[in-house]
Amino acid sequence: MTATATGESQAIAPRILVFSTNNISDPGIDLAGSSHMHYSPNVMVISLPCTSGIKPSWILYAVQQGFDGVFIAADGEECAYLPDCAERTAGVMTDAQELLSEAGYEPQRVRMAAVCSVCAEPFTNYMHEYSRSLADLGPSRKATA
Amino acid sequence: MSARKIGVYVCQCGGNIGDYVDVDRVVEAASKEPGVAVAKTAMFTCSDSTQQEIVADAREQGLDGLVVASCSPKLHTYTFRDVARRADINPFQYTQVNVREQCSWTHTDDHEGATEKALRLVRAGINRTRLTEPLESIVVETTPQSLVVGGGIAGLRAALGLAQIGLSVFLVEKEDRLGGWVSEFKEMYPHGRNGGELVTQLESAVRAHPDITVFTSAELIAKSGSFGNYQATIAIQGERLETIQVQVGSIVVATGFDTYQPADGEFGYGQDGVITIAEFKKLVEASSGPLEYNGRPVKTVAYVYCVGSRQPQYEEGANTYCSRYCCNAATHASLQVNALPGRVHQYHFYRDMRTYGSFELLYAESLEKGSAYVKYPDEEPPTIEKDPQSGRLTVTARDLLSEGEELALDADLVVLVTGMVPRENQGLTKALKLPVGQSGFFNEIHPKLRPVETVVDGVYIAGCCQAPRNSSESVQSGLAAVSQSAAILKRGFAELDPLVATVDLDVCEWCGACQDTCPYDAISQDQHAGKEVAVIAKTACKGCGGCVPVCPVGAIDLQGYTDAQIRSMIDGMLGVGV
Repeated sequence: MTATATGESQAIAPRILVFSTNNISDPGIDLAGSSHMHYSPNVMVISLPCTSGIKPSWILYAVQQGFDGVFIAADGEECAYLPDCAERTAGVMTDAQELLSEAGYEPQRVRMAAVCSVCAEPFTNYMHEYSRSLADLGPSRKATA
Repeated sequence: MSARKIGVYVCQCGGNIGDYVDVDRVVEAASKEPGVAVAKTAMFTCSDSTQQEIVADAREQGLDGLVVASCSPKLHTYTFRDVARRADINPFQYTQVNVREQCSWTHTDDHEGATEKALRLVRAGINRTRLTEPLESIVVETTPQSLVVGGGIAGLRAALGLAQIGLSVFLVEKEDRLGGWVSEFKEMYPHGRNGGELVTQLESAVRAHPDITVFTSAELIAKSGSFGNYQATIAIQGERLETIQVQVGSIVVATGFDTYQPADGEFGYGQDGVITIAEFKKLVEASSGPLEYNGRPVKTVAYVYCVGSRQPQYEEGANTYCSRYCCNAATHASLQVNALPGRVHQYHFYRDMRTYGSFELLYAESLEKGSAYVKYPDEEPPTIEKDPQSGRLTVTARDLLSEGEELALDADLVVLVTGMVPRENQGLTKALKLPVGQSGFFNEIHPKLRPVETVVDGVYIAGCCQAPRNSSESVQSGLAAVSQSAAILKRGFAELDPLVATVDLDVCEWCGACQDTCPYDAISQDQHAGKEVAVIAKTACKGCGGCVPVCPVGAIDLQGYTDAQIRSMIDGMLGVGV
């Protein structure tokens, strides 16, 4: 695997991969944008139908490839698919933390919080907080470097 | 792999994207990605002229994948799937990349950062598209019959609407009569029409319609089959209990609400002279002379708003939501009191007045007619005490409108303005697998974009079983459910997104974990090449992906979000080459 020129520039702000959901948390993240709230451009979002469908191995993969942390913007109680969505997603997170630990990464490299469809400000705050705590933790690459 | 021919269009959205993202740089980088045949920018990609340009490019170049980097997918996924279709590209080989809401608009302070991010997101979109396969919508034939659960105003109007567009309708009502709450109402705001009369009219139209079959004292107890062809089991309580089965293409749930019942002692409830708004309405509507309660004249009425609504989160089982209708109902009731002979002093103890829209006129009129409004602090609700000797009720509150001064008011009658609560409906919730929201009401897919649809395809919700609202709003949602039913039942067939879970039968070793985790009974055990495997029924799968991480051997993929696609997107975001 070769890194392109853009990928190699050392980011000052931690890189965060967000998993959001098409119907609930992604609209909340969209609203943060429509309200012109700012967070780091190193935050990037992949939207799925439901966070219960995240494979823990994707989280490990993201960290191995260079994301400093993965944030799961879960639906909480609002999930339209699965009434026990929060519980399931918490299970995904626990499994991912185990995978991370086994591979020598800090379990704090994955976090989850409920983000509702109008949770623009909470999401922005989560990104600021998580960016700060990941900056304290240092880049994920150090573990494999 | 790079034999693909993908077209990439980066939208400027006027200046919404172009002012913050160096669009030319993004196009330049995209054009170098493997498999990209065309990369362009446009001022407005959603405009007719650009849509036509995409179609022309696709035909000329033989494109087999499409990426549009523009606004949120919520806005234009369907627009560009349609463009793809017209361009002979499979609509499910289209990817929308969100570079407006999740990029340019949120990084207006950092043009370089926004451009860099847009590059990464577009690359992720291209990677994802490269791994798409042509998918066909799932086509199912539909039964042109519909079942309405609940014979209140929303259900009655929905049943009539469904019959009027030519569908056969079964209307199931749990009570032994139709009409629901509204049948008990007299004067309704804002038109002054009589609720009981309205419902009687509606009921006779429903009963007279040859295509509507009404079952009273009946309940929907089970549902089987799949989208478009559900088999509903109805239990009817007659001389003896009997069950029948009907075949329906859609189900409209309009099971209504319950009124909040204050606990004993809550705001003085249970004492003589403290009643709910519903009880008060009946009292006022039964009065022709001066207002009386238990034979005593009523000269002063105190209304206490938000009882059973907007309760603090930390309370166990709190109703944290606003019940929406109650401010209107209370101001309207006070106007009905004004219309009675005799002078009554009316004091409204409120938290926030929410007489939205034209109901502001009710509020204005009540002020004109002498109602006084006292705004109490959120965390300090009024207290109601009764003097054991005189039997007099006193309402004490701080009034934020007069600098927080404490006010003690003697009242003849205290009216608790109570809200709506979800109805106890466990049997139905279970039979239909309906999602229930935080507040206990049924959940729609999206409050704005898909307001009456649920994740159970073909099952719609209408009226107050979804959220507190007034009768006219309930009827509107009932009619919305009618048009949704028409959309799937009038063509005789319906198309479902094929973005469902699939099993790699060669990898599957049947353990049953996926079957156990699926609440929609979409997964069953079958045989393949001499072994036991899991198979997923396309029309029953809701495409949530909940089974994907459960599979110990990674045999399940969600179409559109496959393992390979998600990994490729991660690669793209990090600038890892392919």
